[in-house]
Amino acid sequence: MSEETKKFMYINRKAPYGTIYAWESLEVVLIGAAFEQDVSLAFMDDGVFQLTKGQSTAGIGMKNFSPTYSALGDYEVTKIYVEKESLDERGLTLDDLQHLVWEDEDEDYAEKDSIRLVSRAELAEVIADSDVLFNF
Amino acid sequence: MAMLHLVNKSPYDAGNLATATAYMQGGDALLLIEDAIYAAIKAGKASAMLAGKNVSVLGPDLAARGIGEDKLVEGINVIDYAGFVDLVEANDKVQSWL
Repeated sequence: MSEETKKFMYINRKAPYGTIYAWESLEVVLIGAAFEQDVSLAFMDDGVFQLTKGQSTAGIGMKNFSPTYSALGDYEVTKIYVEKESLDERGLTLDDLQHLVWEDEDEDYAEKDSIRLVSRAELAEVIADSDVLFNF
Repeated sequence: MAMLHLVNKSPYDAGNLATATAYMQGGDALLLIEDAIYAAIKAGKASAMLAGKNVSVLGPDLAARGIGEDKLVEGINVIDYAGFVDLVEANDKVQSWL
């Protein structure tokens, strides 16, 4: 990494579909990924709802953008932090979320998990260690 | 004079559901749509606000958000858009807690 590389953190706190924040965040993340920064995503509060599996939007006439999360690994976005307290409060577990992976080219393209289940305290440390914060 | 209370905001992000349920009277019905459907998840904290209430939830909004009917509070009615119309018709007025 060059000296120019900064740690970008995208903080996602809104549910999908009810507002445009979740989709806008995804678009900005994908654009930002093209600039070879060190990108992390955090999902907390209602943001954890963005990652539920089995979303099917045919009945509400909106685009289902949830499959895009599984493409993040291809853009070298491999650090996706999910806050455990937010999942617990909402009655969700990791099993309710999509299984997101990335391929490590340094290890013969071994598939690795992108989602890191962290506590609020752990996520606070990760955010503190970031250079630039984007909020959605 | 039965009223249909309509809520469309997540109970974890806004106070709309808390206000709506506090204002409900005997015979009133509650319909959860859009982000309010998350209140119906049985294991979630917000589901406590639905206890003892006549609650319906809009199925297409559940499906869009990947929330299976097996995760919902028991006794809740999952309805479609036609059922939404029926509920409006069955009540004297609609209060939309925007």
